[in-house]
Order: sequence, then structure tokens, then C-alpha cells
Amino acid sequence: MPFSISLTVNGQSNSIALDDPRVTLLDLLRERLHLTGTKKGCDRGQCGACTVLLDGRRINACLTLAASLDGSTVTTIEGLADGTELHPVQAAFIACDGLQCGYCTPGQIMSAVGLLSEGHAGNDPERVRELMSGNICRCGAYQGITQAVLEAGHALSAKNDAQPAGVPEDGRNAA
Amino acid sequence: MSPEPSSLQRTPSEPKAAISRYGSNAGQPLTRRDGILKVTGRATYAADNHPEGMVFAVTAVSRIARGRVRSMNIEAARAHPGVIEVLTSANRPPLFHDPDEKMPPFGFRVEVLQDDGVRYANQPIALVIAETLEAATEGAALLDPQYDVEPARVGLDTGLRFDPPGVGVGGAPMTAFGDIEAGFSKAAITMEADYETPPQYHNAMEPHAVVAEWDGDHVVLDMPNQALALSCATYAAFFGIPVENVTIRSPFLGGGFGSKAIINGPQILAILAARMLKRPVKLALTRAQMYGPVGHRGQTWQRLRMGMESDGQLTALHHRSISATSAFDDFLEPAANASLPLYASPAILVEHEGLRLDTGTPGPMRAPGEASGSAALEVAIDEAAEACGMDPLEFRLKNYAETEPGTNKPFSSKALRTCYAEGAARFGWSRRPLSAGQMRDDDGLLVGWGMGTAVFHCPHFPAEARATLRADGTALVETGAADMGQGAWTALAQIAAEALGLDIDEVEFHSGLSTLPDAGIAGGSGHTASAGLALNQAGGDAIAQLSDLAVNDPASPLFGAGNIGVTARGGRLHRRDDEDRSESYAEILARAGRSDIVGTAKSARDPDVASTHALYSHGAVFAEVKIDPDLGQIRTTRLIGAFAAGRVINPRLVQSQYFGGMIWGLSFALHEEAVTDKRTGRIMNADLAEYHVPVNADVPPLEAILVPEDDAIVNPIGVKGVGEIGITGTVGAIANAVWHATGKRVRKFPIRIEDVLSA
Repeated sequence: MPFSISLTVNGQSNSIALDDPRVTLLDLLRERLHLTGTKKGCDRGQCGACTVLLDGRRINACLTLAASLDGSTVTTIEGLADGTELHPVQAAFIACDGLQCGYCTPGQIMSAVGLLSEGHAGNDPERVRELMSGNICRCGAYQGITQAVLEAGHALSAKNDAQPAGVPEDGRNAA
Repeated sequence: MSPEPSSLQRTPSEPKAAISRYGSNAGQPLTRRDGILKVTGRATYAADNHPEGMVFAVTAVSRIARGRVRSMNIEAARAHPGVIEVLTSANRPPLFHDPDEKMPPFGFRVEVLQDDGVRYANQPIALVIAETLEAATEGAALLDPQYDVEPARVGLDTGLRFDPPGVGVGGAPMTAFGDIEAGFSKAAITMEADYETPPQYHNAMEPHAVVAEWDGDHVVLDMPNQALALSCATYAAFFGIPVENVTIRSPFLGGGFGSKAIINGPQILAILAARMLKRPVKLALTRAQMYGPVGHRGQTWQRLRMGMESDGQLTALHHRSISATSAFDDFLEPAANASLPLYASPAILVEHEGLRLDTGTPGPMRAPGEASGSAALEVAIDEAAEACGMDPLEFRLKNYAETEPGTNKPFSSKALRTCYAEGAARFGWSRRPLSAGQMRDDDGLLVGWGMGTAVFHCPHFPAEARATLRADGTALVETGAADMGQGAWTALAQIAAEALGLDIDEVEFHSGLSTLPDAGIAGGSGHTASAGLALNQAGGDAIAQLSDLAVNDPASPLFGAGNIGVTARGGRLHRRDDEDRSESYAEILARAGRSDIVGTAKSARDPDVASTHALYSHGAVFAEVKIDPDLGQIRTTRLIGAFAAGRVINPRLVQSQYFGGMIWGLSFALHEEAVTDKRTGRIMNADLAEYHVPVNADVPPLEAILVPEDDAIVNPIGVKGVGEIGITGTVGAIANAVWHATGKRVRKFPIRIEDVLSA
């Protein structure tokens, strides 16, 4: 029995006709909206590859039923760069080689964006390691990931100091 | 069919990295060329494809480990809205190759519904195809299979032992040098101990997936694949079509670690369903379904015996492994072979026995044989040093192999002494107390230091490449390589650019596609050397042709220089004896009226090199652990590796490979184990919460020292391999550090809290 939800994805509001109540946010993004940057690694909230921001908060898209999201706002990896300008977290992941195969990378980056905007990490690598531990990287790019989150944190603070309104409270940077 | 980018050439609309490129070309720490695609979510993995009219396939898998499927409720599945078809052994369309017939060179038997038998838990027993993923998943759940169950053979006591004809991929099951018993009778000191390593699963973050689309008797497969040409040939045989009718697109693999080099049943079934239904089909395994049909690292039970003179000199080294495989196919961890290349014992005996269990067939998993074997060997060496009252590094140096043990072949290069020295110095090894249980930190935690030697062989696969110099002086370079995270998109392009004398941004690099020249297998840490040599030679061929044009053209400033007298650099050919006399590629081509020059190469290892030299990468790993004396919690707090692996094409990516390997070693030592229920033969922790792999907080600050090593022998580009060596040495280093902290010698991996708490 089709029904529709209203969902803002990467700054664009959509009315989405859901063909099935069993659809998760992850499968909605990947198989229906064709936003395939968000990855499925385990489909049960254990690996973090599907991390997106829901109303500014980090969530596992695989554990979230799309039907429950009427009126919500979702930011995915595709909505992070500002036009041709990478988000500081994205740039830091490249600079610090915080990725290898790249499959967990969108989830890692969305987690990092979330935790930086929540102000949890500070400048403490141990805190970053702990807070990023919901995202598994089987290639073992953790050292680069930790370094990238710290560097992006610095870059974001500098940016915020320079132009206080530059980055929204929830870390979303989508137009 | 949607076109798939096989090139990473940027278009103007793409986001730019907010960082400048650091360096270029071979030897420089260039950032990943695919970095922007990967951080923006635009890198396309197999399951990201969605051709028009695509439907979804889900496998139903066996809940028993041995027996047969008596019945399934096919009607319930078919009746579920959206379900299109249910394939079982009763209605599966024919294949053109017997799935129980092994196809050389790396063929495995596969389970593709050839009968109603069950050979292991999680074996596919049906394939449900539906309009949506949700409907296919529900349809598979409705099948409610009933079984005739036979007892599962699990573990050493119930499995069938056998003498294997070979181990690993075509390796000898037994190798002996010298007189082993004479060695032992000569020994003043001996050690003997048994070690166990568990079944481990690759668990690449990207589950195995395929999107298959047929057009008549041509098929295009989007799938993560470590061996494009080999896989095309295998699929062609299964589907009875010419090999050129199979196209595999694999621009990015979400990790492979060996598991995506081997053909597996679920992917074949999905391709078959697409042909049958005349619609594109997508199949992605669930995480749980990856614990069965897509390979794993087989369990081992190893025994090591060593004899030493009183000064620590080895007189005999005996390494025996019982390696588990499935009930129906053979892949045995060549674990004992780890004892062949490293320590200078006058007598070495390595041997293997097979054990059949009701499990999916094991396969190569990152450092197959080397990882399991090194884990046992490096602990045994520590025990031998302890028995001799020697420092473990001193013991290793005492038994340093100047030539390959047994064969006496010289090493093409071996900077292991430097690895030991630099790693030890960086770690502060000289301050290590000899006996165990001597160190505590300020919080009262037990502190231990351990080390291990790392070693990995250097395979070389035949490979082909094409390099086209274009009229504008830029180049197109093509080879069907596989980037599973090691950085092929970047490192191979660096090699190509160097061979062509161009900046890397002048080189358009096409890869990850089976219609390109065959780049060989991405495995055995040999991909950069193998595909790289082909690219080097194809580039050299193009430059040689260009030189011919220039030096034979009276209008060229290079006229008469002769090939030998010209170098390619910065897009220009220069006279070697007069660097100021030069001409650009574009000018040479234009005057010759050529739109391009195509260089090609088919490269392989010079057979003389392998017969006259021993070819290995080496390293040394040093670990510190801290253990809570009351809780037994083990933390690795420092991990330092020093590795020598020939020429480094990109130090940034090589460091990441070493880190990844070291983390796999840490995982082997302290985390990973698939636990099988002895009653049912099912794996009880087939998910990423209970099958433990390290998360960020498990990993200490890492250091990898890149020890310079020139090797003009191993291959013309001097490249060895870096992908797997980091695991070896690390497992032992951590286990030995646990002993050093506690005095408890744990010989079963992974080392757990209860192992260090128990008396």
C-alpha cells in the first residue's frame, strides 16, 4: 500500500512515494533515490558504513525505517561538498590517507562531521579513536582517519573563528 | 546499459581537493588519485549500479552443515508479492561447466544448486528473485527449508585426516633440507610446542556483489574482482560463451584480501538468473552469508620443534601443520612453509597434513600460509631464545640467513639486518629486561615487549599493458588492474608516467575493466610489480618508437643521436650528451604526421631470476602491550615495524599498506576467530559485532619505517610487494609481548583475557 513521506535530502525536499513499509533509509537512499554513496556493510548497525546525518545527528541508515522519517532532514556524503569545494573533513581524509578501499569512507566521514559539530572530540586523539569506533575500516586506515579528524577539527575551528556563521550548528554544509 | 567510467581523468565540474598535490610521479608520496571520488561518495562499487529494469536476487542459505534439503515451501515464496522466480536444485537452468570440476589454474568447486546436498552451513540452497530487495529477502525467508541432517564434522577430533597432494596454490606439502634427526641429536637445547590458529573470515567491508546484464549471449558484470582475465575465462566456461563475450567492470573493490580472486556460487547463480529472466539482476550477499561460500583462512594446528647449540645456533627446525579444508575441496594453509626462508638452520623439515571439516572451502586470505605460519614460528623462536637464555633479537641475529636456507641461493636483496636495527632503535629494544613480568607502568599495568620477523615472498604474474602517446604530447595508458585499496589507480599511474617521461597529470590511466590488457592477478602482494613492469615496458616501447622517429628525422634537433643517446623527461626527448638539444613529443609526432604512437608490452618474470635467486621482502616488528593484572584486559600500546621491500613507488600508500597489515596482525593476535557450534556446525558469530575485528580504539599509534632497499635483480623496476608482509611478524611480536608482560605463553590465537588470567 503506497504512501508518501516528505524528506529533505541534501537540502532538497522530496515527496517520496514509498512502495513498501519495510524499506530502510539505507535502501531508500541506495535503491530508490540512487544516492549510492552511502554504503551497506552489514545491514544491522554493526559497521557504520551507512552513517548519515538525520536532523544533524549521526545515525545508521540501515537501522532506520524510511516510513518513520516523514518531515525529516537527511545529509549524505553526496551533500557534504559545497559545489566544487570539499568539506574540510573530506579534504583531510585525502591529505592524511584516511582511506584505502574507500567503502567505509562515506560513513567514516559522516561520523567525523557529526562528532566534530557536536564538539566531542576536542584535540585529543584518544577521544577521536573512541568516538570513531562505531565505524569499522577493515583495510586498517585508522591512523590516517584519526589524524584526518583532528586536522579537520582544526580547520573547522579556524574557519568558524574567521567567519562564525560559516558552518551550520549541525555540521551540514549543503546548500 | 549505463557507461562506466574506467578512467579517473577529472572533468572540470568535479570538486577539487582543498589540498595541493604533494609531488608527482614514481617515488613521491602522491595523494590517491581516486581520493576525491571516494570522499564524495562517487566511487562506484558493484552494488551501486542500477541498470534499467533491474531486479534483486537474494540467496537462501542452509542452516545445517551437512545433509540434504528435504523440502522447501516454494509456493509460499512464489506467492509473496513482488517475487518473480525461485531457483532451487529442481529448476536451476543448466550450466556449461561441471561446478564440481576444478578449472585450472585457481579453480575451486562451487555450490550452485547442482543437487539438494548440503556441504556446509550458509551454503546457497535457493535463489529468490524479486522486483525489490525487500520482497526477495522476504521470499527467501518464507522458504522454510526442512532437512535430513547428518552430524557435522567440526574440529580436530571429528574431521577426516588426509595426506594432501599439495598446499596453498600448487605448493609442495613437504620440504626437507639436511638431516633433521641428526640436527636434533646434535642439539644441546631443544624446544617443542603446539600452536592453534582459528578459522578467520576476510570480511571485506564491501559484501560480495554482482550486477549482471545480458545482451544476447554477451554479459556485462559489475563485480568486485581481483583477477579480471581469469574470471572472464571462468564465467565464459560456466555459461558456454566465448571469453570475449564476458565483460567485467571492477573500477573499485571495497576490500578483497583474497576473497574476490576466487569464483563463488552466489555470483554465478545471479548471473544465471539474469540470463534466465532476461533482466539485469543485482545480488549482494548479507554479512552473515559471507561466512561460507566466499572463502576464509582455514584453521591450523601446528607443532614446532627446534634444536639449538648452547650458543643459540639452530641445528634443526621442524614445523608441521594440520591444515583444515572443506569436505569437498582442497585449499590448505601452507603454514609450515613459513619456516623455510628465514632462519639459518642446517636441517629444516616442513610438512602438512589435511583435515576435512564440514565448512565452506578455505581460500587465500591476506598472507595465506605466511600469516598462520609466522604466528606460530615467531612465538616458537621467542620460546627458543628463552630456552637459550638469549635476547630474542640476538637469537634471531645469531640465526640470520645470509643465503636462503636449504637452497643456498643468494637473496636478490635482503635489508633485514637494517630493519632489525632501525626498528629496535626506534622502539628502545635495548632497554628490554630479558625475563618476563619485569615491567609495570605508573597505573600498575603489566608491560611487555615482544618482536617478530616479517617475511613475504615476491610472486610475479604475467601482465600486459598499452601506452599510447597522443598528438598533444599526453598519453593514454591502459591495463586491467584491480584497486582494492592498495592504491593501484595511483601507484600504477606513477610507474606509467615515469616510463613515459611525463608528469602524472599528463597521463590518462584506464583500469579496472576486463576489456583492457590483462594486468594479471591482484594478489600475493605482486600486483604493483607485475602490472607495473608491463606499464614500464609499454611506456618504454612507446618512447623507443618515438625516439626512432626523431633520431632518423634530419629536421629534428635529435637527428643522429641514436636511441641510446636519448632520454625522455618532462614530455620531451633530450640528447643524452647535450641536454639542451631536445624536442617535445608533440613536435616529433606532428612532423612525422602521426596522430599517436602505441606502445605495448607483455611482461613476466625472467625465469633465470627465480632459479638463481631467493626473492623476499623482509621486516621486523616490535610491540608493546599493557595488561590489567586484575581484569586481564590486553591492549597493544605501541607497534613499530621496519620493512624493506625493494623500491617504494609511493611512500604514503606503502605506509598505509604496512599499517593495514600490522592491524591485521594485531587482529590475528588478539581479536579474530570464527566460533563454530560443535552440535550444528554453524558459525555462531557470523557478524561484525561478534566476529571481532579491530576498531579505531583498538589500534595504537603505529609507526612503519621504510628501509631503503635497491634491488636490481627481482625485476627491472625493483619493486617487491608490501600488501601482506605487515601481518607476518606482528602476530608473534604481540604474542611475545604478552608473554613478556605476564610470563604466560599463550599458543592459541586469538589470545584472550582468560588466557592471561588463568594460572
